[in-house]
Amino acid sequence: MISQFFVLSQRGDNIVFRDYRGEVAKGSAEIFFRKVKFWKEDGQEEAPPVFNVDGVNYFHVKVVGLLFVATTRVNVSPSLVLELLQRIARVIKDYLGVLSEDSLRKNFVLVYELLDEVIDFGYVQTTSTEVLKSYVFNEPIVVDAARLQPLGPAAIFMQGSKRMPGTAVTKSVVANEPGGRKREEIFVDIIEKISVTFSSSGYILTSEIDGTIQMKSYLTGNPEIRLALNEDLSIGRGGSVYDYRSSSGAGPVILDDCNFHESVRLDSFDMDRTLALVPPDGEFPVMNYRMTQEFKPPFRINCLIEEAGHLKAEVILKVRAEFPSNITANTVVVQMPLPKYTTRASFELEPGVVGQRTDFKEANKKLEWGLKKIVGGSEHTLRAKLTFSQESHANITKEAGPVSMTFTIPMYNASRLQVKYLQIAKKSSSYNPYRWVRYVTQANSYVARI
Amino acid sequence: MAPPAQSQRSSSPSQPSGKSEVSDLKLQLRQLAGSRAPGVDDSKRELFKKVISYMTIGIDVSSLFGEMVMCSATSDIVLKKMCYLYVGNYAKVNPDLALLTINFLQRDCHDEDPMIRGLALRSLCSLRVANLVEYLVGPLGSGLKDSNSYVRVVAVIGVLKLYHISASTCVDADFPSTLKHLMLNDSDTQVVANCLSALQEIWSAEATTSEEASREREALISKPVIYYLLNRIKEFSEWAQCLVLELVAKYVPVESDEIFDIMNLLEDRLQHANGAVVLATIKVFLHLTLSLTDVHQQVYERIKAPLLTLVSSGSPEQSYAVLSHLHILVMRAPYIFSSDYKHFYCQYNEPSYVKRLKLEMLTAVANESNTYEIVTELCEYAANVDIPIARESIRAVGKIALQQYDVNAIVDRLLQFLEMEKDYVTAEALVLVKDLLRKYPQWSHDCIAVVGNISSKNVQEPKAKAALIWMLGEYSQDMQDAPYILESLVENWDEEHSAEVRLHLLTAVMKCFFKRPPETQNALGAALAAGIADFHQDVHDRALFYYRILQYNVSVAEHVVNPPKQAVSVFADTQSSEIKDRIFDEFNSLSVVYQKPSYMFTDKEHRGPFEFSDELGNLSIGGEAADNVVSAQSVEANDKDLLLTTSEKEETRGSSTNGSAYTAPYDSSSTSVFASQTRIESEISNPTSAGHAPQASLGIDDLLGLGLPAAPAPSSPQLKLSSKAVLDPSAFQQKWRQLPVALSQECSVSPQGVAAFTGPQALPRHMQSHSIHCIASGGQSPNFKFFFFAQKAEETSNYLVECIINTSSAKAQIKIKADDQSTSSAFSTLFQSALSRFGIP
Repeated sequence: MISQFFVLSQRGDNIVFRDYRGEVAKGSAEIFFRKVKFWKEDGQEEAPPVFNVDGVNYFHVKVVGLLFVATTRVNVSPSLVLELLQRIARVIKDYLGVLSEDSLRKNFVLVYELLDEVIDFGYVQTTSTEVLKSYVFNEPIVVDAARLQPLGPAAIFMQGSKRMPGTAVTKSVVANEPGGRKREEIFVDIIEKISVTFSSSGYILTSEIDGTIQMKSYLTGNPEIRLALNEDLSIGRGGSVYDYRSSSGAGPVILDDCNFHESVRLDSFDMDRTLALVPPDGEFPVMNYRMTQEFKPPFRINCLIEEAGHLKAEVILKVRAEFPSNITANTVVVQMPLPKYTTRASFELEPGVVGQRTDFKEANKKLEWGLKKIVGGSEHTLRAKLTFSQESHANITKEAGPVSMTFTIPMYNASRLQVKYLQIAKKSSSYNPYRWVRYVTQANSYVARI
Repeated sequence: MAPPAQSQRSSSPSQPSGKSEVSDLKLQLRQLAGSRAPGVDDSKRELFKKVISYMTIGIDVSSLFGEMVMCSATSDIVLKKMCYLYVGNYAKVNPDLALLTINFLQRDCHDEDPMIRGLALRSLCSLRVANLVEYLVGPLGSGLKDSNSYVRVVAVIGVLKLYHISASTCVDADFPSTLKHLMLNDSDTQVVANCLSALQEIWSAEATTSEEASREREALISKPVIYYLLNRIKEFSEWAQCLVLELVAKYVPVESDEIFDIMNLLEDRLQHANGAVVLATIKVFLHLTLSLTDVHQQVYERIKAPLLTLVSSGSPEQSYAVLSHLHILVMRAPYIFSSDYKHFYCQYNEPSYVKRLKLEMLTAVANESNTYEIVTELCEYAANVDIPIARESIRAVGKIALQQYDVNAIVDRLLQFLEMEKDYVTAEALVLVKDLLRKYPQWSHDCIAVVGNISSKNVQEPKAKAALIWMLGEYSQDMQDAPYILESLVENWDEEHSAEVRLHLLTAVMKCFFKRPPETQNALGAALAAGIADFHQDVHDRALFYYRILQYNVSVAEHVVNPPKQAVSVFADTQSSEIKDRIFDEFNSLSVVYQKPSYMFTDKEHRGPFEFSDELGNLSIGGEAADNVVSAQSVEANDKDLLLTTSEKEETRGSSTNGSAYTAPYDSSSTSVFASQTRIESEISNPTSAGHAPQASLGIDDLLGLGLPAAPAPSSPQLKLSSKAVLDPSAFQQKWRQLPVALSQECSVSPQGVAAFTGPQALPRHMQSHSIHCIASGGQSPNFKFFFFAQKAEETSNYLVECIINTSSAKAQIKIKADDQSTSSAFSTLFQSALSRFGIP
């Protein structure tokens, strides 16, 4: 049971504020914001998503820099409230097309309409974008999507100068297209976040893929959809007779576990790995999955740090892209903490490279190397000369690292899970909506120890 | 309703001051009120929007109440909704004006459009004005009977709102029983869910005064209601499913078949993408199977994968909520998760609150097979840029060392930390080495060698400095420089800001003095003088106490300050098992995230579904304090049993706490002085037991001048058995064959013992509580035969026993074999005394 719901801007202003039960004093938004901002004196630690101040429990999630907050005095399920806050953000995004401070401010009346129906007297009524449609009468005021960071994982399709086909991910479920006619289309995104830790000798210590099949449907009449996955897909590591391990990219795909959206019917899943569903309006995850089966990591990182004379050291960083050359990774950033007593770093890139930048972050003694894009199969090297303010006693490798990397690789997925086909059930032969099936891989925690 | 009158912190330059704008709006609204011109609704919309936006940023627009109500006579639904929002916000502060709205809201409650009916009813119930409740009863009554489910959904919550405004009006109108009827009969599941929420609230509140309400509340968790809801579970929305599952978790099935029926029915809920549904389902599973040990364990196995998937999907906040619940399960049954330890490795970009949970889980799941890898991983974090986490990682390594049998390799790692030359790493490692030495004194040689190399000047943190000083005092005979280091520390007495450090320094100098009197005597004199002059009360008192006891009798002083110590086998846990069980009972609630039972952070009326009497709460707080005393209770070797009877296990999970039962220095000084004093009093009152020569009280200055401490009386070490002894049957057989019989005796069994001899299982349980473990038993009344084994506390020296008991003659024949023959008679005494206590409560 929730007492209040509010959205705060980064500066702590109320953008919307709804009191459902009148049990928590009005100043709660201010108390909350001060607590979050000054969680620890040194500012090093982030406030946890749930905390209690004077008997009031504050829950918050951060979405596109905004704080979505709920308060209650009751000992409720934290996962229910946090899940709900995330869902409210998604519903609002479904209606506004773009979620941002600007769009919220312009559409606050519509947002109040939604909030009135989502929660009544603290109890959740519905979070279905579709059901809510019949209660929402305000037209969304669309803000310019190009300027703003849209919400959700699908946002990565917007990165870079070139947009992926179908920027409709920023389309409202209620607004009409400029032409007055709705375009019949459906988006299926396979988004994978990979985590890899390499030991200092380059051996993979841990690896995991966390994937989501995200769907957004703009089909009228809600036709049934069938989504076929790899036929040899198996779930549960203990399930297969032999534990087939291969890093070469062959063999069946084995998921550790997965879960499904409630609209998904699994009648024939055991037989032919097909998911059947009538997609609700708005954006939603069809399936989440987790895989620890070994896979070929997209990048190999090589790092060398050694002393080079008095108060000097040299760092050599090498990054090799181990995916096919028709695929390009973008927005790659390599970071490495340097010894605390580093005062200066000078960089040397390979001759003639473009779209790379280097930086020594003085404040936290970090080396940063940005690469606009990396083509599959290529290798890149960075040399850095460091100057120290004091002599290092111990092993210098213990004072630096680990190297971490962030990247996005469109049209690539490490798990080899695939959507084999996307079937839309509709009788008319002329009916042929646009179908977008897109893959993308992102680094979650990609770390090489030195 | 809606935005509160609240001032905005950062005022934008263009923000209107209010007054002129509001009067402007008033004028415009008035002009539009009566107009029927085309397009008037659009202009009204614009104006209403302006009003609401002023309201949101905190400008008081309540003066427009009359005009707003006048304008609300419209068929435009957008306008209506904005008007409802406005009215809801200001009705409470303008109860007189609110009366104006009753009219049009009541009229809207009869509108043709069910949506208008619903909206009007909701607004009517949200006015929160006590003297208007009479107008609510009628519309609510017809709303509950409305043919449209949306109106019924709104009406049910409306009843709850009415209850909060005026409970008696609500009860007098007999609404609760109407809701009960709707809950069991309505076709719309959201109506059912809202009835359930409303009834839970109403009957819980009424139950304090009405027995009938408390019966009704009980009836909600009766079989018919539970089954009715469960059978429709898939029709409910995901949020309503959580509500129903929370209720089901309270249901106590009569037969075990029911348990399996319910679990099979809910099995697919574990695959839901909504973490709240999965956790609510897990709670049902855990609570239903509490009495079925095997199934309970299967549940743990079953829920592992879904929980791990939820942790890694979704936003960081959602995954934190799930991780907290995974954490509590791991802490309860670490062995089930011991092969999943890699999932608890920290990622460099995770927030501290996540890392902290993971470190605790890594510590808990460490066992013989994975310790090496876990400790290797933890050592990586020790060099982490995030210093608080680096510290926690080092502490985690120490905790693992304290809970393992084979600490060899871990000690090496800890010693490496000391060589890393990072001050915070050194500080944490010193504290750990100190704790390790208290548990494993056999490591003193290796540790002392390294600790001796650390300059006390490089250690600044009070805790670490205190640890170093403690080691200097405790092992002064092994550390060449100990007296001189202590002396230099005493010289800088005035610069030492921490009273804790000064207290330890006093004690350490005393200890050192008894071991190496000539070298320490100067330091002791200086320390006592400085201590007595200290402004800190505890330091002053301790110094004075030492001074006087030395004056009274040096050998008594040595007994007090430097008694022979037993290794700490188990460090006290910070949290009592009762509290942990309480938190587990409150699974899927904030209690798990806060790691506190709800009575510690919520006031009584907001405890929601978890109502416990305050009495109970107080009891367990008392229990927590009592728990600080280390109990030498035995540990069941069988982990399966531990899953349910966590109390024993939790106590053995060594955690770094101040072992108050152990020795004075690490206590808060006042209690330690007190403890020492009681000790000395008993020695004084009973001089023969202390065994000291009646020395005349020497002046302290003479004493220090002469430096003639009496030789300490050799204390005969008492045999202490390990509560964690392990020996596998084949090893037992082998030993039994190899070793000669050290002792063979016959003793009698007390009549109570014979009476308690109901079967061959009773005795092993009893003996286990004395750290004597049964490896095999058999026989039939009146003859029973047992094989027992036990191990010395600090070393792996085994005792094997064959014990034949005849219950009719009340005699026991005992054969003892031992690795160390010299102590077999001491063991025999122990064994017989344990046996003689059998059957005596």
